[in-house]
Amino acid sequence: MREAKFRALLEAEEKVESTDWMPEEYRQTLIRQIAQHAHSEIIGMQPEGNWISRAPSLRRKAILIAKVQDEAGHGLYLYSAAETLGVNRDQLMELLHSGKQKYSSIFNYPTLSWADMGAIGWLVDGAAITNQVMLKRCSYGPYARAMVKICLEESFHQRQGYEIMLTLCNGSAEQKAMAQDSLDRWWWPSLMMFGPHDSESTHTEQSMEWKIKRVSNDELRQQFVDMTVPQADYLGLQIPDPDLAWNEERGHYDFGPIDWDEFWAVVKGHGPMNRDRIEHKRKAWDDGAWVRQAAAVSSAVAGSA
Amino acid sequence: MNVLGFADDNLILAQRLSEWVAAAPDLELDIAVANIALDHLGVARALLTHFGDLEGKGRTEDDLAMFRSERELTNLLICEQPNGDFGQTIARQLLFDSYQVGLWEKLAGSPDEVLAAVASKALLEARYHWQHSATWTERLGRGTEESNRRMQSGLVALARYVDEMFDEHQDLRRGFDERLTPVLDESRLVLPKDPFPRRGGRRGMHTEHLGHLLAKMQSLARAYPGVQW
Repeated sequence: MREAKFRALLEAEEKVESTDWMPEEYRQTLIRQIAQHAHSEIIGMQPEGNWISRAPSLRRKAILIAKVQDEAGHGLYLYSAAETLGVNRDQLMELLHSGKQKYSSIFNYPTLSWADMGAIGWLVDGAAITNQVMLKRCSYGPYARAMVKICLEESFHQRQGYEIMLTLCNGSAEQKAMAQDSLDRWWWPSLMMFGPHDSESTHTEQSMEWKIKRVSNDELRQQFVDMTVPQADYLGLQIPDPDLAWNEERGHYDFGPIDWDEFWAVVKGHGPMNRDRIEHKRKAWDDGAWVRQAAAVSSAVAGSA
Repeated sequence: MNVLGFADDNLILAQRLSEWVAAAPDLELDIAVANIALDHLGVARALLTHFGDLEGKGRTEDDLAMFRSERELTNLLICEQPNGDFGQTIARQLLFDSYQVGLWEKLAGSPDEVLAAVASKALLEARYHWQHSATWTERLGRGTEESNRRMQSGLVALARYVDEMFDEHQDLRRGFDERLTPVLDESRLVLPKDPFPRRGGRRGMHTEHLGHLLAKMQSLARAYPGVQW
């Protein structure tokens, strides 16, 4: 009966709300996915935060601070969406710090030049949007609604990233080389953001049936490549893939094989920055414990007054 | 009016505050601190540009921010002091905000129209900043024994940079005390009187901290001079 009602909601393309009955596996899948998404926003603040102090102009500094602040805001909406499913933020933080929940592996790569602020906006946010536009149609209402605002901001982030790249590519030879080096380092990790091939993806089928996920990993990856190649051409940059070619018959770009060994190594915690990201996060959290404690005491006192 | 000095105060404080981004005690504070940093940065940009116009040598905001040395920066010493722990940061912000609210109130009536316009807008922001730092001062002061101790240590560490804020504006001291004292009383904290106040920021006589801040802030701009970013 309850199950039938849940199915009917999905069937009718209506949203499941936190007060509706839902299968326990659906709830757990959403918690896992929303938490991972929230953690990605929060950990994603670090690689860009790494350049705030050194931004080359005050305008760029202001934009970068605002962008990283947006990411903190996204983290907040997403943790709130997760809370509607019966978990709280502190629990999720604990799961992140202990490595029991993941965040997007892309943030386990270091930001080594200013051009990385451009490449992250252009490629990483670009890949994220490709994924997230579909999530606006996700069957779970609070998640779908959070994605509406997030997508608007991400699309702005992507354009600002591309604008950084464009400025560098129109600049000095050194600046253009900086941009090319950055594309070389971020291209393949960006393609990996869409996850394993459909044939290898453990969650895809069930998530698609539940209408949490609407488009498969490989289809999204193809969309991203098709969208990005002409943008790289316009910049005059070379995508680091000798197999990249337009396929007239398919109406898509063909591209070379992804290094799945690298993908799984980073997922399992052996990327260049996995340890640093979590240590930084945990240290900030631990260093702030006395502040949060003082705030809790003081609000308890205010509440009883 | 010392447009460049006011610009530098905001520039350097924004730089310090932005160091908290992605390292604050919780997400809400990450967002709040970033916001406050952005406000100060916005004021700094407007005033640096205005100074460049007044000076008439064609210097832009970035020329002034990225290509002056520590002997040429004219910010107040309190702005360049390291963040320390969150208590020390809040102590610095409370002291500076309590001063800056009065400063903008005064400068909103300046005959320099651009300065007056910047001050009028910045005053609205500064009142929010003050509210934020006052609220956190009370939370930390009245929270736990540890939070009170840390907040008090922050005030002790920064007390010697307070007098300098009023060297050019003795008339602002009274308003400062009126804003500050009730908050501290309410929070079971005191601002000690330091018998050896430090001064000199406006003349480019800084603490050693500023050089490190600039080394970082200016590194990229100076590595590739003359290009667009």
